[in-house]
Amino acid sequence: MIRAFLAVSALLLVGAFAPAALAPVQDAAITEKGFPKKLSDYGFFAVLPEQVPADGVQPYVLNAALFSDKAEKRRFMYVPAGQEVSFASRDGLLQLPVGSALIKTFGYENEAGVFEPIETRLLLHRANGWLALPYIWDEDGQDATLKVTGGRLEIEAPVGPDGARQMFTYSVPNKNQCKGCHALGGEVTPIGPKLRNLNNGASDSSNQIIAWREAGILPNRFPDHPIMPRFDTKDAPIGERARAYLDINCAHCHNRQGPASNSGLYLTYQESNDTALGLYKRPVAAGRGSGNREFAIHPGQPEASIMLYRMDSTDPGIAMPELGRSLIDDQGVALVREWIASLEGQSDDKKDSL
Amino acid sequence: MKKGNRVAMLGAITLALTAAPAIAETHNIAAGADAQEKLQEAMILAEPGDEIVLAEGTYALTDGLSLDVDNVTVRGAGADKTILDFANQQGSGEGLLVTSDNVVLRDFTVRDSKGDGIKSKGADNIVYYRLTVEWSGGPKETNGAYGIYPVESENVLVDATTVTGASDAGIYVGQSRNIIVRNNHVTYNVAGIEIENSFNADVYGNLTENNTGGILVFDLPNLPQQGGHDVRIFGNTLRDNNTPNFAPEGNIVASVPAGSGVMIMANRDVEVFGNVFEDHGTANVIIVGYQQPFEDDNYQPLANRIRVGNNSHGKAGYKPGFPEGALLAAAMGGSLPPIIWDGTGEGVVSKDSAPALSLNLSKPDQSLTEAQPAMADFGDANADMTVPAVVMPEAMEAIVKR
Repeated sequence: MIRAFLAVSALLLVGAFAPAALAPVQDAAITEKGFPKKLSDYGFFAVLPEQVPADGVQPYVLNAALFSDKAEKRRFMYVPAGQEVSFASRDGLLQLPVGSALIKTFGYENEAGVFEPIETRLLLHRANGWLALPYIWDEDGQDATLKVTGGRLEIEAPVGPDGARQMFTYSVPNKNQCKGCHALGGEVTPIGPKLRNLNNGASDSSNQIIAWREAGILPNRFPDHPIMPRFDTKDAPIGERARAYLDINCAHCHNRQGPASNSGLYLTYQESNDTALGLYKRPVAAGRGSGNREFAIHPGQPEASIMLYRMDSTDPGIAMPELGRSLIDDQGVALVREWIASLEGQSDDKKDSL
Repeated sequence: MKKGNRVAMLGAITLALTAAPAIAETHNIAAGADAQEKLQEAMILAEPGDEIVLAEGTYALTDGLSLDVDNVTVRGAGADKTILDFANQQGSGEGLLVTSDNVVLRDFTVRDSKGDGIKSKGADNIVYYRLTVEWSGGPKETNGAYGIYPVESENVLVDATTVTGASDAGIYVGQSRNIIVRNNHVTYNVAGIEIENSFNADVYGNLTENNTGGILVFDLPNLPQQGGHDVRIFGNTLRDNNTPNFAPEGNIVASVPAGSGVMIMANRDVEVFGNVFEDHGTANVIIVGYQQPFEDDNYQPLANRIRVGNNSHGKAGYKPGFPEGALLAAAMGGSLPPIIWDGTGEGVVSKDSAPALSLNLSKPDQSLTEAQPAMADFGDANADMTVPAVVMPEAMEAIVKR
């Protein structure tokens, strides 16, 4: 009887006070060959259904985030004990050591207003590079199961105007499609955790960069990078907010080493060539995605700009991004429309041609 | 089922994953309700050396497929027997995307994909063999852009395919090098075959008919690879490429006049010889510079060292498909000669017996209203064909000989 009582107490303790010590991250699951079948196999969470992170797993937020059908995303980073993170010099992408993992859970609030996970995507840093794996949550909401083929889920979620609940098809990318966004120079790489996208500008520990530095996760060097503005506020000029939006939503593909390198359209935050950024840039292989418009961005004329046409469509032959979106990002469209409208145009120069 | 967001799961399956054996494996796939998952699963779990074999049947696919494993063959039972039908495709920009090297695609059909048919990017040593890519509703602006679309690749072999209905190019090779496109049948596309911003391509033995333009060799500015050169177009039959241009406006091929046989724009060292041209309303051969404004110091907009010879010319020039064309034809006595050159660029020469027209423009973007059309006189200019033949790696040639 006493023994039983103690056991129950221990279980309560696990949930309430000391999850970390009792649910360590399984480093071998990250680094060893093979694909663990369950999300729980990794031990990233002390309380998996509620996404309570285990010791050493850091939640983080981004200034500017990718639109994913209005899903709420919970991001976590795991760096093995004693290992150090460094920075990629060019754009401040955190360089996480082998054995690290990035964990991103996608979900929506249910009718009771409680976050309910749909899928968790993992990026595992193994000795031979990063591996992307999608886990779909089981119906009982207790764990998630590997689905390398991804899948489509018919769900009801608050994605309508003003957060109204509506039915739609949510797409979980397959393992290859993960690479469709995460490939850089042919190698899988993280996208979000860039210094400029993590640094909120605060000079105290409310800045996660500083907090991580104090926690010994980041080295003390603090490279000077521009801060990516939040585009969901009006705190920065329209141009900067639009560029931040394009950077996180498009530039993982549209950069010189990305899957859309052949397009010549490069949308990174630091891109300085106007043509590469789309201004008066003619399409190369847009097909019907061009929508009878002449330029990717027609300055001053959003309705004549291919970029907006593609953002404003859900047709697979037209829509951009090509993956990970079943709905239109109305706020993103409005932002880019406002930006293009604000750009000063040249006078038209029509010519006869063969 | 619990209450909440999740209402139903469409077709995702749980996989029991085990370590793959070291020897090559055959993944046999059949049409059926689970074909999407089974096929995509095979394309993810295949190991180098494996073959994915598609049984006869029509596969109703709901998403684009992708292959990212090197050295894999995807083989159907024949283009008329194994049909990958993308009419209900819900995602992805193409029917099949290949991003790995040493891949062979053969003996199946891709039908009605929402975007491009088959795209391969950064996929070296790729073989497209005895495939069909088609849009079944005929030529329409709403069809996908490219049927067969290798880009940023080295060693590309496209052999014995059939492509119909592409709203841009049936076979489009972009920003690649060492390319052979041969023995294909391309019909009712805007461009039958297009070689763009590419180096070293042989295009031969193809039948291109009823496209807007038969074979295009283009170079465009502001791209990672430009300066297209060393392209040979020989031994092709090009006929009746007079289908009205149905490309969406803005696309560069939307400017291709209906009734074009071969069109060369802003390339160097291109040779057109031994082809049979029949019935093109605008011209059998068009040689021009790039006409749009551009800002790119590294771009060369002229067509230089273009050599034409020993082609057979059927009727041409009776219905010019470009602005000013009718006026120009009237001035020339009712129709245009089979060969048209804008007059810019150096080393352009035709030794064909058919007459050639020069517009005598001073630069490619000069208005046609300022053209001074006259029969081109190439004089004693050298028309010797000197561009070397393209040679594929032997292993790639061996595949199509088997």
